[in-house]
Amino acid sequence: MKAKKGQVMVITGNAVGAYGAMLCRPEVVAIYPITPQSEIAEQLATFCANGILDTEMVEVEGENSSMNVVCAASIAGARVFTASSSYGLVFMYDALQEASGYRAPVVMVNANRETPGIHAVSAGQQDLISARDTGWVHIIVENDQEILDQIIMAYRLAEDYDIQLPVMVHYDGFYLSYLAEAVEIPVIEDVDNFLEPLKHQPERQKLVPGVSIGCGSHGMEMGYVEARYKHCQALERVKNKVDEIDKEFGEYFGRSYGGQIEEYQTEDAEIVVVASGSAAGTVRTVIDAKRAEGVKAGMVKLRLFRPFPAERLIDVLKGKKAVGVIDRSLCFGWKYGPICMELKALAVDIGSIPILSYIDGLANLDVTIPHIGRVIDEVNAAAQGKPYQEVTWIPMEE
Amino acid sequence: MVIKHKNIFKTESSWSNADEVLLCLDTGSWRTERPVLDKEKCNYCGLCALFCPPQCMKDMGDHFLPDLAYCKGCGICAQECPRDAIAMVSEGEFADEG
Repeated sequence: MKAKKGQVMVITGNAVGAYGAMLCRPEVVAIYPITPQSEIAEQLATFCANGILDTEMVEVEGENSSMNVVCAASIAGARVFTASSSYGLVFMYDALQEASGYRAPVVMVNANRETPGIHAVSAGQQDLISARDTGWVHIIVENDQEILDQIIMAYRLAEDYDIQLPVMVHYDGFYLSYLAEAVEIPVIEDVDNFLEPLKHQPERQKLVPGVSIGCGSHGMEMGYVEARYKHCQALERVKNKVDEIDKEFGEYFGRSYGGQIEEYQTEDAEIVVVASGSAAGTVRTVIDAKRAEGVKAGMVKLRLFRPFPAERLIDVLKGKKAVGVIDRSLCFGWKYGPICMELKALAVDIGSIPILSYIDGLANLDVTIPHIGRVIDEVNAAAQGKPYQEVTWIPMEE
Repeated sequence: MVIKHKNIFKTESSWSNADEVLLCLDTGSWRTERPVLDKEKCNYCGLCALFCPPQCMKDMGDHFLPDLAYCKGCGICAQECPRDAIAMVSEGEFADEG
């Protein structure tokens, strides 16, 4: 069975986020607007006011409340949605950990933006890194269509009985949030069909009026250990589940994204560039150009950041001659970028090859075609045994 | 890895039946003061039991009493009692009880 052809609209990434959420019929929505995400809150409020979306829109006084509201509604059994960015995301830091600790299947989007300290109203993935260790599933998408599709897939993942974890869908703020692209909006009944399998699973435990049950009340000694052990086991299960849901989505809607990672021209590649988010599109273009020049380059687009897709990365990178990693964020206290640092942890399994770290695209600076060309040239030289620089802050060398 | 641990939680998340296992930690040992009820003032309204954070107030039929194995001595019951029927008394006063 295939989904019907949806209506194609040219709308911004933020509007797409709102459409994606609306199509999944969340019962409780609580969003505090923040640049560059505000349009999602506005658009969902409009849907609600126009009767397109039947939901409880809770007006909150800040992001901490928004996450606590949706977390509580989620453990009461509701399907929930929220969105944030940067300052807002770190303002809900404790609440993010409550949601994952309670195993509340919250779905939210985060429009990536630089974080507090240098008043940065600009694009970058630093807020993703700040939220890395909150126990959430983090998925990074590349374009507007992928935002919509991934939100739908995120509900299938979060609410799966074997998973029961909150999922955060990240897209590059300012780039995708304000970029209007042609996006196919699925028919809502088809989204219902795609989410239908959730209804046939065992029901997860919920708060029930009049029944005295507690959640998260055994936070010491073995209660803590057991809950965290189960949490970590569930995160491991996420990896295959992401691949399965992506495949099923592809069969039904005709679009798929590779699951945990997208591999582009990697099969016969000697060198691989690892990138994520909107920059991946530019990387693809440069790889095509370099291939025309005879450079055997490929790309891995990292989609799943937590849990880290170690097995699939090892599988694709094993036997390659060198790898370059483009990070749009920093790892304070480590000289490599965060994704590069994590990749280095796989070095034993990948083999002892040069892994070059590139810091680029911070604070609204573009990851340009010449930048990626340079990355490929340097990684290619390293593959041939030439000396290389371990870490390069590309904007600092221009 | 061999898992020897016997699960505390029947569910994937850390849900527990409050009537059976919510009261499982030795929270009574945290107490420096304990609630003492003046039964003459108590009208069995149940607010103390409703507000008790570890939910350890026992229903005695015409009044409520704390389960001292779990009462942390936080004093919320005394604070919430509309008839001031609960006084918080230092544990030192009960030292002789062991």
